[in-house]
Amino acid sequence: MEAVHDHGHEHHPSGIMRWVTTTNHKDIGTLYLFFSLIMFFFAGSLAMGIRAELFQPGLQFMQPNTFNQLTTMHGLIMVFGAIMPAFVGFANWQVPLMIGAPDMALPRLNNWSFWLLPMAAILLVGSFFVPGGAAAGGWTMYPPLFIQGGLSGDMTIFAVHILGISSILGSINIITTIMNMRAPGMTYMKMPLFVWTWFITAFLLVAVMPVLAGAVTMLLTDRHFDTHFFNAAGGGDPVMFQHIFWFFGHPEVYIMILPAFGIVSSIIPTFARKPLFGYASMVYATASIAILSFIVWAHHMYSVGMPTAAQLYFMYATMLIAVPTGVKVFNWIATMWEGSMTFETPMLFAIAFVALFTIGGFTGIVLAVVPVDIQLQDTYYVVAHFHYVLVSGSLFAIFAGAYYWLPKWTGHMYNETLGKWHFWLSMIGFNILFFPQHFLGLAGMPRRIPDYALQFADFNMISSIGGFMFGATQLLFVIVVIKCVRGGTKATAQVWEGADTLEWTIPSPAPYHTFATPPVIK
Amino acid sequence: MSGNKDSYYLPTPSHWPIVGSLALLTMASGVIMMVNKISMGGVTLLAGVAILLFMMYGWFGEVVRESESGKYNKQVDKSFRLGMSWFIFSEVAFFAAFFGALFYARVLSVPWLGSGDTMAQLWPQFVASWPTSSPGVEQVSGPGSMAKFTPMGAWGIPAINTLLLLTSGATVTWAHWGLIKNNRSQLVIGLFMTIALAIAFIVLQAYEYHHAYTELGLTLGAGIYGATFFMLTGFHGFHVMLGTTMLAVILVRSMKGHFKPDAHFGFEGVAWYWHFVDVVWLGLFVFVYWL
Repeated sequence: MEAVHDHGHEHHPSGIMRWVTTTNHKDIGTLYLFFSLIMFFFAGSLAMGIRAELFQPGLQFMQPNTFNQLTTMHGLIMVFGAIMPAFVGFANWQVPLMIGAPDMALPRLNNWSFWLLPMAAILLVGSFFVPGGAAAGGWTMYPPLFIQGGLSGDMTIFAVHILGISSILGSINIITTIMNMRAPGMTYMKMPLFVWTWFITAFLLVAVMPVLAGAVTMLLTDRHFDTHFFNAAGGGDPVMFQHIFWFFGHPEVYIMILPAFGIVSSIIPTFARKPLFGYASMVYATASIAILSFIVWAHHMYSVGMPTAAQLYFMYATMLIAVPTGVKVFNWIATMWEGSMTFETPMLFAIAFVALFTIGGFTGIVLAVVPVDIQLQDTYYVVAHFHYVLVSGSLFAIFAGAYYWLPKWTGHMYNETLGKWHFWLSMIGFNILFFPQHFLGLAGMPRRIPDYALQFADFNMISSIGGFMFGATQLLFVIVVIKCVRGGTKATAQVWEGADTLEWTIPSPAPYHTFATPPVIK
Repeated sequence: MSGNKDSYYLPTPSHWPIVGSLALLTMASGVIMMVNKISMGGVTLLAGVAILLFMMYGWFGEVVRESESGKYNKQVDKSFRLGMSWFIFSEVAFFAAFFGALFYARVLSVPWLGSGDTMAQLWPQFVASWPTSSPGVEQVSGPGSMAKFTPMGAWGIPAINTLLLLTSGATVTWAHWGLIKNNRSQLVIGLFMTIALAIAFIVLQAYEYHHAYTELGLTLGAGIYGATFFMLTGFHGFHVMLGTTMLAVILVRSMKGHFKPDAHFGFEGVAWYWHFVDVVWLGLFVFVYWL
């Protein structure tokens, strides 16, 4: 295989301009991943502020409005700045390598998709420093509260617009790459599952990011141009925003988990040394989840009031999602069944993903039940639920994928001891942090509140201790990544004994240009 | 990479994307400053637009040069086609958000405001109807205390505009046939007619807005009817202007002798976009103006 071309190597400017002007999918993937890591620490430090304030009852460190800014921006930046860009980084690196393509289909557009993100980050992070501070109405931006906010509200709206453009362009590129750039013989049903999950995720993004753009545009005109979309005094309805937002928002939560499914589906077969159990059913389950995600949005808003028939419909449709998700969980377990397993760091994170994501999935079914949800709406039970799917789900999968592919990207093995420390401390810290929040929520503690009644004090203190532990542990990850980039044991081409997808056939580190001549898949 | 027809064309590093990103940041900053009454907002916005136009000129110019020098093979052509198709799909989703708002208001929230407890608690006199007010009907325009307005009728300018856009869809197809038959004058005349029809549409739409604001009292602030009316027709009009600019570019390219009967994605991409704008208008005509 002519993986390395002598020309092309040096055909890029050096220094910072290499990264600014690059059209190489590996460079752009690296940019996405580092951007995501920086945003992860920024939004993570906001979370540390939240947990510090909630360490004990009363107001210790900040005013309630500051606290609301922290929760709002923690949510927005983690979702749009950390989790989503990390997955796009994986897609950039891995999709061309896994389908035997020389690069993404539209390389210049790929560069633009990335370089829009720092612009949006400037607006979001910068909004902390304008009069009135950052947006404080929650990451969901519900009117009328959001409409009443100050300058930062507009900065948030335009940041969302720019993030949306970035996601749409990036997704168009991923879809086009997968449809048009597969190596000869790589039929759709031979694609690695990671490629499949990103194919479906990109479709979801192209379908729903414009809807979010429409929703925030209406917020902007309601704020400044005298429209009454979300104001009953003009015939509009604030609940209408919630419908439009969650029509985006529910597919969005799958956008943040489907690529995680793909990563875990790559890792478990490798370390179980068995092919993935039920490949075809995995593909169909992913597609089913994506389709269902469009028709369940109102389960986020039972308590705003809707006809009973609508509540029943949304409840049953939501519960239906448990079926394809269950297919996936059982397939992962069946893949491990009687496998000859080893437990390197990627596998540890992947197994923790399966166990903890399933807990988050179960609490999701609990919350789908209308009468239960009416009790639990906006309590810490909901906070615990979505952190089980987003932290021990999406984030753990991102860590798993990073450890799994770092040797391919850098050419060095990461430090396994430090990796294991990172895993176990994360695993324990995470559960100390979020498990007690189920109890807090069941006991009625509301979310987005800087102070609380005395009976919640013990669990909050435990949760905060877990939070600081989890937060500090993430510094270990940075150390592992830096050490791995700078040196370490040379990685072989295949890296992992059980790995068999295309990226493991090229040298480690992956040459700057790969598959200039496409491989032929039997 | 090489210009070898067999290998996929991979562009060299490009500075256009970062220029585009800075343009969008500047434009966003300009609008944020304007709506918050911070001085220099308008200038900042204009500067952003200027940078964006510079970027588009440079970036698209580069693509056109690469295309005309034969660097793109069939596979690259297909990437462009797929990319444009999915871009149009995302535009459909964008309009869907506003159509969704329109249907939600008409079918759900306005009737709710005019019935049951909601009406009794808020505005007992409110009569739910769509448009939210019409001439001669004794009711306030919205539930609150908004000024009265007259809704826009369908069978005047909007009907003419429908004819204009449908005809322009036909002329652009006629131009396409000319291109395929290698009849260059049919291509140029067809495109010219399409652009003329598009400009006529924009002029009439501008006249309609002027009429709405000065004589009908129909403004962005005219309740949910005015909001959905201007948001939908406004974004559509913006897309028409974009499409007209794109048509003008391919007209110039056609006159320069670009495009071949068997390879003219630039033309087709614009034609697809134009048909998309046309279809959105049909939705607007039926649901915003007529029904």
